[in-house]
Amino acid sequence: MSITHHLDDATLMSFAAGALPAALSAVAASHAAMCARCRREVATLERVGGALLAALAPAMLDRAEPSAPAAPVLPARQEHHEAGQSVELPKPLARLLYGDLDAVRWRRLGLGVWHHRLPVEGSGGLWLLKVAPGGVLPQHGHSGAELTLVLRGSFHDATGRYRIGDVADLDETIEHQPVADPGPDCICLVASEAPARFRGLIARLMQPMHGL
Amino acid sequence: MRDHAAFSYALSFVHHAGRRTHPAGAIGAMADLLRRVAERADTTAFRELYQTYGPRVKAYMMRLGADAGTAEDLAHETLINVWRSAAHYTADKGGAATWIFAIARNLRIDRLRREVPWQELPQELRDGVCGDLRPDEALVEKERQARVRAALSSLPPEQREVVTLSYLEGRSHGEIAKRLGVPLGTVKSRMRIAYQKIRAGLEDLR
Repeated sequence: MSITHHLDDATLMSFAAGALPAALSAVAASHAAMCARCRREVATLERVGGALLAALAPAMLDRAEPSAPAAPVLPARQEHHEAGQSVELPKPLARLLYGDLDAVRWRRLGLGVWHHRLPVEGSGGLWLLKVAPGGVLPQHGHSGAELTLVLRGSFHDATGRYRIGDVADLDETIEHQPVADPGPDCICLVASEAPARFRGLIARLMQPMHGL
Repeated sequence: MRDHAAFSYALSFVHHAGRRTHPAGAIGAMADLLRRVAERADTTAFRELYQTYGPRVKAYMMRLGADAGTAEDLAHETLINVWRSAAHYTADKGGAATWIFAIARNLRIDRLRREVPWQELPQELRDGVCGDLRPDEALVEKERQARVRAALSSLPPEQREVVTLSYLEGRSHGEIAKRLGVPLGTVKSRMRIAYQKIRAGLEDLR
């Protein structure tokens, strides 16, 4: 898998710090599961967390001794991270879906556009989006963070072409109009920090004037 | 040695120091303790880890809004998780502090935010290197950590502030922007620059 669009450094830092909203974290984790480069970045950023933790002034414990723990659990050696998982579904996402992408129960949004909402805590929203070739993905930008990870097919916009494993983590100020490429339907995992805004986009999509 | 002055502003909310805690400078030896726990279920080594990191994890949890009792319970649980999973520890994923940070972070997301932690713990990250480390990997890792500390302590205050608010208070970009009264883009660019400096310091060790 050759991934060319990665998570923004500020997103990576917030993710490693445990400060990224849950919906965005789901997409960040799914991308990292597909992307060795971003896994390395997260590992580096966790060292920052280790350094900050080690430098904290200690708060005295009431219990100075640990309670006697049971014997450590010896590891069953796991398979390589990317082996054994579904080709299309990164492991973090697999736990939210009962089957593969073909088993998803899609709801039609408009001509050539379907969505499926996924459960996630917090104020944001998490969706699977399916767009037929030539279809326009709901537009990013304007307010609140949004992450889009390609799981099948590809799309392109002014910032480039996004293939499987690529994530669009674009500055809010960038306006762009992603269009699904010819080939299989483009399926993306999309997280938005502001679900109301996303619903607004969906409503707009459903209007016939939104030419596809 | 760690530059405490560099972090002092970040520490204003945490209780100070127990006499049973070890000086932070001894933390370099902690990876060895973790190995002793992993290889021989060494309870003496575990007690030392507990007494060094328990109070720091407690401080971390309190910084994130937990009351002292809850923070103590979460610190205890974090260290028990360290004990249980010590056999997964490999030196290339960061030192003991990094390992313990990741466990504490996920426990905090689970218990204090009541959300599913999406971040994988180091034992789940297998890039095919586990168990086959270069003999000098432990030393290289020690050097990486020293450089991370050096880079952190050289950050200007406005960059250190956004890093600290992320890691120690769990604030999102938007929350930090609101707190500091600066545009979202400013928060993100400060974080990017901070990370670029940290990464630049590690360039030849990656």
